[in-house]
Amino acid sequence: MEWVNAVVQGTLLGGLYALFAAGLSLIFGVMRLVNIAHGDLIVLAAYLALSTAAGLGLHPLAALTVVVPAMAAAGYALQRGLINRTMGGDILPPLLVTFGLSVIIQNGLLMGYTADPQKLQAGTLETASLSALGLTVGVLPLLTFALAVAVIGALQWMFYRTALGRAFRATSDRQDVAQLMGLNRAHVFGLAMALSLAVTALAGVLLGIRTAFDPAGGGARLIFGFEAVIIGGLGNLWGTLAGGVILGVAQAVGGQIHPGFQILAGHLVFLAVLAVRPRGLFPKMEG
Amino acid sequence: MDVTRASRLTRAAAVAGLVLLVALAAAPWWAGRADMRLLGEIFLYMALATLWNLLAGYAGLVSVGQQAYVGLGGYLLFALTMLAGLPVLAALPVVLIAGAVVAVPVAALIFRLRGAYFAIGTWVIAEVFRLTAAQLSALGGGSGASLPPAVVRTLAEGRDLREAMAYWLAFGLLVLVLAAAVAILRSRHGLALTAIRDNELAARSLGIDIWRTKLFVYVAVGGLTALAGALIFLQKLRISPDAAFAVNDWTAFVIFIVVIGGIGTLEGPIIGTLVFFALRETMADLGTIYLIALGAVAIVVMLRAPDGLWGLIRARTGAELFPLSRRVTGIPPRP
Amino acid sequence: MPEALLAIDGLDVFHGDFQALYGIAAEVAPGEMVAVIGANGAGKTTLLRAVAGLLGRRAAAIRWKGRPIGGMRADRVAALGIALVPEGRLLFPSLSIEENLLIGGRMGRRGPWDLAAVYRLFPILRERRGFAPAQLSGGQQQMAAIGRALMANPELILIDEISLGLAPVAIRQLYEVLPGIVGEGMAAVIVEQDTTRALAVTRRFYCLQEGRVALAGASGSVTREAIGRAYFGV
Repeated sequence: MEWVNAVVQGTLLGGLYALFAAGLSLIFGVMRLVNIAHGDLIVLAAYLALSTAAGLGLHPLAALTVVVPAMAAAGYALQRGLINRTMGGDILPPLLVTFGLSVIIQNGLLMGYTADPQKLQAGTLETASLSALGLTVGVLPLLTFALAVAVIGALQWMFYRTALGRAFRATSDRQDVAQLMGLNRAHVFGLAMALSLAVTALAGVLLGIRTAFDPAGGGARLIFGFEAVIIGGLGNLWGTLAGGVILGVAQAVGGQIHPGFQILAGHLVFLAVLAVRPRGLFPKMEG
Repeated sequence: MDVTRASRLTRAAAVAGLVLLVALAAAPWWAGRADMRLLGEIFLYMALATLWNLLAGYAGLVSVGQQAYVGLGGYLLFALTMLAGLPVLAALPVVLIAGAVVAVPVAALIFRLRGAYFAIGTWVIAEVFRLTAAQLSALGGGSGASLPPAVVRTLAEGRDLREAMAYWLAFGLLVLVLAAAVAILRSRHGLALTAIRDNELAARSLGIDIWRTKLFVYVAVGGLTALAGALIFLQKLRISPDAAFAVNDWTAFVIFIVVIGGIGTLEGPIIGTLVFFALRETMADLGTIYLIALGAVAIVVMLRAPDGLWGLIRARTGAELFPLSRRVTGIPPRP
Repeated sequence: MPEALLAIDGLDVFHGDFQALYGIAAEVAPGEMVAVIGANGAGKTTLLRAVAGLLGRRAAAIRWKGRPIGGMRADRVAALGIALVPEGRLLFPSLSIEENLLIGGRMGRRGPWDLAAVYRLFPILRERRGFAPAQLSGGQQQMAAIGRALMANPELILIDEISLGLAPVAIRQLYEVLPGIVGEGMAAVIVEQDTTRALAVTRRFYCLQEGRVALAGASGSVTREAIGRAYFGV
């Protein structure tokens, strides 16, 4: 039974990892950008929610109404003001600039909030649980998973059913021809980053309610999101959800075997997928 | 008419370099203990920066996970001396070879990732190494271990001689790394690298086996980085998973050094390291602000002067200290 | 001749050290169809791309309704009412045929062209609207690419290599519909390898040779020999 429990908990945890991954997947899909600061932006969103909740006396989920638009606006500004300047053929400039950004965000948070771990206080949501079939699952992990499915469904709909999605796909296909359609590349990229950071904001708040976080935690979040993307297959959003679930289950089962083995088990499953199916389990797009 | 890589400046640099080499080798006779420690640290960072630059600046392999090899080297040194009973000097060549051997399967895995995803893949590898090291109870698990005095004494009797040995080892590593870098870049592999960097597609059509060339560089850099890691923790005498596999210390700083100095040049990492230490010695009290400033400077350099400080110097003067680029001399003047 | 819609005067274009165009001068009047002919590498595609804003050139050399547009971003040029059908069609591979048409109309410029009108012009596209571009023949792709440009309701449509690589029957079809598209407030510039065909449907032509206008004039009155000289520079 405890193994079944581990798989269930891991699946739900996978929802959170899929949320880490969705933003990463989105900007890679639209502009082939890998944002090294992605994990630090997740942590930044958690701190933003911390301050918003404290300052306005809000529940962390209510703080989303501030944090999501704020992160989206920051994403648009960041893309247009900084990252767009690095977007040529060479992979080095965007990589190093987002790496520099990562170090700046980390140390900025360190200055503003110290290295002490923080947590978002969500009252009964943190402890509420449901029991069925001999299993007990927390309401928060369930909510997280449901939100992950909803977000990925919404992104999928946006990508394939809306004018914005067409603009994203067209720009991803052929940037110069997309401009002939009157699409301003810089603006489209800005919108993609805004959307990515909006999802990131949600991920950060859910992370902060679930566990304690500190300024140095961004790297691990980037890696989990990245692993979910690669396991699922580049460019496939539902695959990313599956990748998150596989990673979450691997960690939960690994932790069940030995507590020190939890994170390592996730990495090893990722490396195994890389060895056997380098294009991921559900590939869709040329990397 | 003649094609040569040497110029008057590279020859002058060679003479000056020789003088500098002798002076630095003699440091234990003229420098204080603190100066020697600082110089040793500078040499090790210069070596790490040169190695990272070989990967990213020449082979197009942008790694943010070189701490994997630094930590691996450190842990191998501790394991070989403490658990296998090897003297320090005998353990070092083993570390070099083991680092290179480990790099082969790692490359086989992460070379499947393209471009920026390769970078994060290298980071995953480093995390795997760190988490594995934390499970090694014989080396203290998560809290790490100290090098016992008996092991340290195998390096040399007496503290002065030991300090001098540690210094010479760091200096020797730097000379080895620079020599290896020059040798690699002047070899067939080096020419291939330049071709790949300029145009991967064209290089492939010329029949250059890109995968093997990159693998060769990755493996060589892996071994040498592990050796650097062994020397770093020989100086520190204490190791722990978090210190050994620290992304900030062994990769972030190194990347900033290379970017600020000038990526894709041999001079860049050297200049970058000197600037880095000059800043650190004057600004270290500022702690986190120092890191923020460093990150900001690296971003500005990447955007405004992607060839770094050395690129600016070279653009002004055309100078080159290492005889790498070929130039044609002795062309008869047009009638 | 009425006042020029597009006026190019003294356009130089460089690709690095290589100069592709030398002091090009050309005009297009509202509603007229103009041919640009010339050998491979003469600079025809470069000229069209420069007009469409894909090269970012000197401000004064290209004027649209008297206003300099050279150096303007391609998306701004498109919004003015200049549409380019690029060489090789370059449809968006991950968009369906209908989505390719819809994105062509996303600027919302007013005019006679919408999905229904494009489907009336090219009925096969309606049948294939859910297909990916790669599933269509070259001729059908060219129809989709022209349809995508028409969806923008441009005042000037630039069609690069309209018949290159297409089956003869597809080429005939395209040339049958072409006169019906142009006129009524839309001018066209077509780049074509088949000189005879290009001259038959256009009013005026420009012949490029090694980046320069070697010959220009009325399509109806030029001799084969004159074209041959201008084409090959012999």
